[in-house]
Amino acid sequence: MLDTIFFYVFALLTIGGAIATITRRSAMHSALSLIVSLLGVAGLYLLQKAEFLFAVQIVLYIGGIMVLFLFVIMLVNLDQAAKERQFNRQWLLGLVASVLVGAQMVWMLNSAGVLSLPAAVPAPAATGPGNIEALADLLFREYLLPFEVASLLLLVAIVGSVMMAKKTS
Amino acid sequence: MNQFYTPTDHFSLLPALLLALFGCAILMLDFFVLPHPRQKRWLIFFALLGEFFAGLALYRQYRFLEDQSIPALRAFSDGLIIDGFSIFFNAIFVAAAVLVAIISYRYLEVEGEHHGEFYGLILLAQCGMYFLASGTELVTIFIGIELMAVTFYILVGFLRSDRRSNEAAMKYLLLGAFSSGFLAYGFSLLYAITGSTRLPKIAAELAQRPATDPLLLLAIVTTLVGLLFKVGAAPFHMWAPDAYEGAPTPVTAYLSVASKAASVAVLVRLFLGTLAPHRINWEPMLAVAVVLSLTIGNFSALSQTNLKRLLAFSSISHAGYILLGLIAGNRTGLTGICIYLFVYTFMNTGAFLVLISLRQKGMTGDDIDDLNGLIHRSPGHALLMALFLLSLGGIPPTAGFIAKYYIFLSLVETGHYALAITAALFVAVSIYYYFRIVRAMFLNEAGQLLPALPGWGARVGFAVTALATLAIGLYPEPIIRFAGTSLLR
Amino acid sequence: MNVDLISILGNFYVLTLIKLGLVAGVLLTALAYLQWIERKVIAHIQLRVGPTRVGPHGLLQPLADTIKLLTKEDLMPSHVNKFFYVLAPMVAVFFALSAIAVIPFGPKINVFGIETYMQLSDLNIGILFLLALSGMGVYGIALAGWSSNNKYSLIGGLRSSAQMISYELPMALAIASPLLLAGSLSLREIAESQAGFMLGFIPRWSIFQMPAPQLMAFVLFMIAGFAETNRIPFDLPEAENELVAGFHTEYSSMKFASFFMAEYANMVTICCLATLLFLGGWYPIVPSPVADYIPTLVHLAGGGMLIFHGLQPARKWDKYTMPVFGVAFLAVGLLFLVPFLQPILLPLFWFISKVGILLFLFIWVRATLPRFRYDQLMHFAWAFMFPVSVVHLFVTAFLVALLK
Repeated sequence: MLDTIFFYVFALLTIGGAIATITRRSAMHSALSLIVSLLGVAGLYLLQKAEFLFAVQIVLYIGGIMVLFLFVIMLVNLDQAAKERQFNRQWLLGLVASVLVGAQMVWMLNSAGVLSLPAAVPAPAATGPGNIEALADLLFREYLLPFEVASLLLLVAIVGSVMMAKKTS
Repeated sequence: MNQFYTPTDHFSLLPALLLALFGCAILMLDFFVLPHPRQKRWLIFFALLGEFFAGLALYRQYRFLEDQSIPALRAFSDGLIIDGFSIFFNAIFVAAAVLVAIISYRYLEVEGEHHGEFYGLILLAQCGMYFLASGTELVTIFIGIELMAVTFYILVGFLRSDRRSNEAAMKYLLLGAFSSGFLAYGFSLLYAITGSTRLPKIAAELAQRPATDPLLLLAIVTTLVGLLFKVGAAPFHMWAPDAYEGAPTPVTAYLSVASKAASVAVLVRLFLGTLAPHRINWEPMLAVAVVLSLTIGNFSALSQTNLKRLLAFSSISHAGYILLGLIAGNRTGLTGICIYLFVYTFMNTGAFLVLISLRQKGMTGDDIDDLNGLIHRSPGHALLMALFLLSLGGIPPTAGFIAKYYIFLSLVETGHYALAITAALFVAVSIYYYFRIVRAMFLNEAGQLLPALPGWGARVGFAVTALATLAIGLYPEPIIRFAGTSLLR
Repeated sequence: MNVDLISILGNFYVLTLIKLGLVAGVLLTALAYLQWIERKVIAHIQLRVGPTRVGPHGLLQPLADTIKLLTKEDLMPSHVNKFFYVLAPMVAVFFALSAIAVIPFGPKINVFGIETYMQLSDLNIGILFLLALSGMGVYGIALAGWSSNNKYSLIGGLRSSAQMISYELPMALAIASPLLLAGSLSLREIAESQAGFMLGFIPRWSIFQMPAPQLMAFVLFMIAGFAETNRIPFDLPEAENELVAGFHTEYSSMKFASFFMAEYANMVTICCLATLLFLGGWYPIVPSPVADYIPTLVHLAGGGMLIFHGLQPARKWDKYTMPVFGVAFLAVGLLFLVPFLQPILLPLFWFISKVGILLFLFIWVRATLPRFRYDQLMHFAWAFMFPVSVVHLFVTAFLVALLK
């Protein structure tokens, strides 16, 4: 019961924050809405008993990345940009397209008979208190390869950003 | 606990490991050992050494499969697979990377942006492609795609003082990130449906799902969207012309050849392997994408005056032809895809190589008009360009013909007559704009450009690409046999 | 005590509520008095006497300060971004105070048959939770700086966010090394892993613990802690000679006080964390039979000294106040001998004294060291702290993997 309530609260935070992120004109408000959304996701992790992910989500995304976002937004005066005409002048076309796609999906779901599908099996809950060991096992055994390749990805990203940023000699 | 990095794992990872090692080593060498601009050329040899070792490792894998006469070697608990298909595609990547490495030197010198990172990034991008061709696990594939894509974002924007290059990188980055989002969405849905990220297990699970499962359909749609973007097929082709035009020409060649091949490898593995039972769901979508690619690619190419843009649109249409093999989906189609990509690597790189060697200080040499009367100034270049364009158009004595022949054959075999006829009609359209270039070179008055002065790299590049284009066209048996061994089933 | 009442008190929610009340009350009082202690200590270091007017030895000064801050007019400048201007101090103080929830003060105790931990909540990711809170705490300052719409505030906010992010890295790395020794992320388990003695007399605290003594990590952690709490020598966000008052220039009244409270709460958290991670938490420095009498001896000595000074008063009121405090000290010292209270008071004594010593260090440093320049600060973080902590983590991991 309590879990369900919390789920809806966090879901609301996540979705509401996400919507506010893309609809706010002011970059600052967008960034802060994004933080709210990320907090909601962190809460959802907590409900899934993934405490480690919860903490990492907050430490990395909110405590690290978003602070840098704010940093840039504070340094760059974006007030002007917020008042200017936006690029997307095709909102009508976009609206029609999304309504069409939405109708199509509803029709598809309806004709596919969603209700007759086999009932979803809930994912097994995390075993025991704390899943950090399980996570480590997954990362360093099952997913060792992608984990290591991700380090290459980060290296490339760092090299790229340094290269782009450094002064032309 | 079982051992989690076995000798088999190591053996199957070796080429990627070597590429990553040499890639990182080049970054280090560039910084610590060879800081002087004039020393950078040694990095090319180092990159080639890396490619040589990677090729050697690939060859050892090939020999191993032959000697043990097993179809495939699985490693990392179904995370990586070494089979004929992966080896074939990796061979394509090696060929493309070697060609790009040897032809970039002069281009980057002319542009004044000769940095050692270039060669390191080329190897690292290839490392990402390795995981696309060999990965059988969604996370590995996704990170491989991202490794490749992020490297290309940087390479496309490599000419930092050139506004067009910056713009191209920006557009490619934004749209690429967007499409990666789609792909991640699709992959996560696949995981949500099946509870596994390993393709064999996903295939087993999916075989039991009804074809009308809306979740599955959503997964297929989003995965397809993400991958079609990477392939550069319409309607997700918007980035291609701008990125191709703005990028340094060697990178354009690499992007159009290797990146496309790698993404096609994933498409083939996913859609002909894992999602094959649900063909009824994805075939119409793919058919629409193919027809759109052929239409948009060919018709837009008609009106282009910039050669790189023209080749970009032509590469969109080529993506359409390649995907036709996926729609056919039989043995011939698969062989067709492999041959097409192999041949495309050489003919397309060759065409870009001509553009590169025409490049001079202060002159872009990118417009069709710049090629006016090329036959009088440097007949060799004109003839070579004509050869590559004929091959791209699919005219018989060249390799392009063999590739298109197999694609069409597979379509006819599987009864996709309407698609075959449409595609054949578009071949005629494409010949028109390829011949526009040929006409400019042979019939128009000479322009003011100086004759091209190819360096050793370009000479070697020309020799390899032209030889491959001609030889495969005249004597295709070996490559057909090679491609034949690479079949999935 | 009848059984019903015990079972009600034993109820999880009731018990937590009681503990919450206790901890919050003690913490908030402690924060107020920390201010008094800081002023007194600095004054004495600088050969002044500090606050003396309100109450004996200025002991009621915190109360007076609180009343003053509460009753001051709450100015809201017209040019600020109202919503975030109000939100910022709340964010700062909320995340600073929440940290106390996961900090254990002692082992499991048994009061009237109710078994409970001397801790509000034993998260199994306690340490990560604290890092997360400290990450969130940045927003208080950054938002305050931005919403004030004042260039000094903005620069202060920017400085602080850059500084806190930069120092969070070496801090997290310095925290990681003792975690390798303890093999857990729960603060209670980390502290418990440091129980006992090596060779019978060296406490198994992380800073001494074999195979990888964490003295270096402790120093790194404390330096990063100074920066994280924006204390001198890293108080660039509020460098008054450059930035007026930095991020809280535009704040007054309780909002201003909130920032102060957040700063002191962060200081306490950092000191608690250092105690738990490196200094063996609530475990004594010498083996048990001796350790049990040390608190009594310390208090008796303190009480004796106070009474001695009361007999030779230096100021007018000393002859009344000093003996009163002395007797109180003696009484507290004797409390430690009551067997019933010993399991509660002894760990508390050790924990609080370690935290107190570290807090004294904070104040001492403030009275001694000059402020860094901003580029020095950043250079120090990235070019010295970061590599050193990475190398230290590697060495620790290597030693632990090899010898443990």
